[in-house]
Amino acid sequence: MAKYSLGIDCGSTTVKGVLFDGEKVVDSRLVATSARPALRMHEVYEKLWNEDVGYVVTTGYGRELLPEANKKVTEITCHAKGAHFLGGSVGGVIDIGGQDSKAILLDKDGNVADFLMNDKCAAGTGRFIEMMCRILECTGEQLDTFSPKGPTVDITSMCTVFAESEIISLLAQDVARDDIALGVIRSICRRTATFASRLPMQGSVFFSGGLARYELFRSHLEAAIGRPVVTHAQSQLCGALGAAILGYRFVK
Amino acid sequence: MELVKDLPAIFEEFSEQRKNAFLRMHELKQQGKPFVGGFCTYLPKELPLAMGACMVGLCSKDGETIPEAEQDLPRNLCPLIKSSYGYAKTDKCPFFYFSDLIVGETTCDGKKKMYEMLAEFKPVHVMELPNSQSPMGKKLFAEEIKKFKEKLESHFETTITEEQIKEAIHKTNEQRKALKAFYGLQKMDPAPMGGLDMHRVLDGVQFRFDMERATEEVKALTQKVIDEYDPEKYRGRKRILLTGSPIGCSTQKVVNAIESNGGVVVCYENCGGARSVDELIDETNPDVYDALAKRYINIPCSCMSPNPGRLELMDRLIDEYKIDGVIEVVLQACHTFNVESYKIKNYVTEKKGVPYMFMETDYSSTDAGQVNTRVGAFIEML
Repeated sequence: MAKYSLGIDCGSTTVKGVLFDGEKVVDSRLVATSARPALRMHEVYEKLWNEDVGYVVTTGYGRELLPEANKKVTEITCHAKGAHFLGGSVGGVIDIGGQDSKAILLDKDGNVADFLMNDKCAAGTGRFIEMMCRILECTGEQLDTFSPKGPTVDITSMCTVFAESEIISLLAQDVARDDIALGVIRSICRRTATFASRLPMQGSVFFSGGLARYELFRSHLEAAIGRPVVTHAQSQLCGALGAAILGYRFVK
Repeated sequence: MELVKDLPAIFEEFSEQRKNAFLRMHELKQQGKPFVGGFCTYLPKELPLAMGACMVGLCSKDGETIPEAEQDLPRNLCPLIKSSYGYAKTDKCPFFYFSDLIVGETTCDGKKKMYEMLAEFKPVHVMELPNSQSPMGKKLFAEEIKKFKEKLESHFETTITEEQIKEAIHKTNEQRKALKAFYGLQKMDPAPMGGLDMHRVLDGVQFRFDMERATEEVKALTQKVIDEYDPEKYRGRKRILLTGSPIGCSTQKVVNAIESNGGVVVCYENCGGARSVDELIDETNPDVYDALAKRYINIPCSCMSPNPGRLELMDRLIDEYKIDGVIEVVLQACHTFNVESYKIKNYVTEKKGVPYMFMETDYSSTDAGQVNTRVGAFIEML
């Protein structure tokens, strides 16, 4: 008698896996995708799979890569499911992923009512932050320690490549690293808010994806959107969890 | 007419039309047949037909010559315009090569400026298309149609009689009726055929130079689809209406994504689909120029301002084809469709209560993965 479902989300940066028992996350994994998404997905599958798993759902851009999957669902639907589970009665979801960002409008049952994707360029995605961290020689974990040192800095270039040269010229003007980082974060949050404002979201918004781990991002996003932004310790697993929740209906 | 081949082979044959048309065009040219090349559906093809010429579509639908076109044209321009210009400039397209006269209309800004450049290496006649469907607009276009007739007469040293125009109107109306009956089959639920197959026929028929024969073939094909209707084939599929900019081979990626994610395209509201085929020309109107002008200016393309006909057409199509979702595909930098999408979205979602998704794309395959995810998520949402 199967009692678990398994959801695997193969994103551009990380592969996430969630083992779900119908009520809570029983076990989870998160590994870097690197250049071998199929192999990494399989590793996550091997680590989480057991004989009690009755259904496997894959999502994310690598969702076609796991032959053992019973079903493939797009990350939009999975993020909506996961956010509804983690965030309760949220009106929408903003996911900032490694290579795209999405805004999802939810109905009162947590189903997708409408969505938008920014998938045309790396601006406003995790890639942008990776670029910034590389130039500023900091790690993601340091993000939350940044605090204003001088006047507010505005990063105006929204092309990742041009923003890179803008940051370099700011460094050359001896602008504090903290202020540059805060400027970058603020510009990403503003851009994301403008993009999400095309959807008529009500109530609070659930923030998912890797960047949701940082309070700095959550608070800047909240300020930019002008409505409560909530997140969860497991928000990075949101897509994989949503996949597992969708799969649980088929566990017998 | 009876078609002996099976359906998949017939659909395939239609999609081969474009390629086969090169050879056929060559043959016809050698027999002395004149060719008129056109771009938009606003071109009254009855006039070239009336003088015994063949019409060929010059809108290019792949990205092969875009790099060459970008030597002269801005990069952030519609791919259809760049590609069409690129094919003309490089002489890679036999349709351009064999066209004795190229006819454009002042539709969108990009196209009308491109025609000016095209005139440097080909004989080009541009019809002034008003951008409003007002009585004044109709009057102007009727005059433009007469001027086009005179241009044909002087360019090809011939005369075109009203009798010949009437005959041509009858022929094109018969083809419109046949095409409407063909794509109208998709009103059946479940759908009898895939949207890709339907598109192959709608596109391919434009490259059959013997219009009456093509009409008979479409009729025979329609009967064959009815005879072989298998309701199980597309049962349970979400019924999609595709609207927006013209769809070509490179934008078929959207149709592929729809049909591999549990949907089926049952209606095309775009050039080559209902937008240009739906309305017939009034054969009882004694003034042929007035009849032509009235019909052509009514085409609800976004280059018209305002463009109420598109909403009226969408309203009817959504009901008749029992549409589950509307997907609008707009080519990069196609301003009129891009801006008009706001009205379309509001109308479709609020007035008709049908989900709508907007997508901007071009002729490259770089966004195939994203297109697939978006379309997949949209169909999951329905």
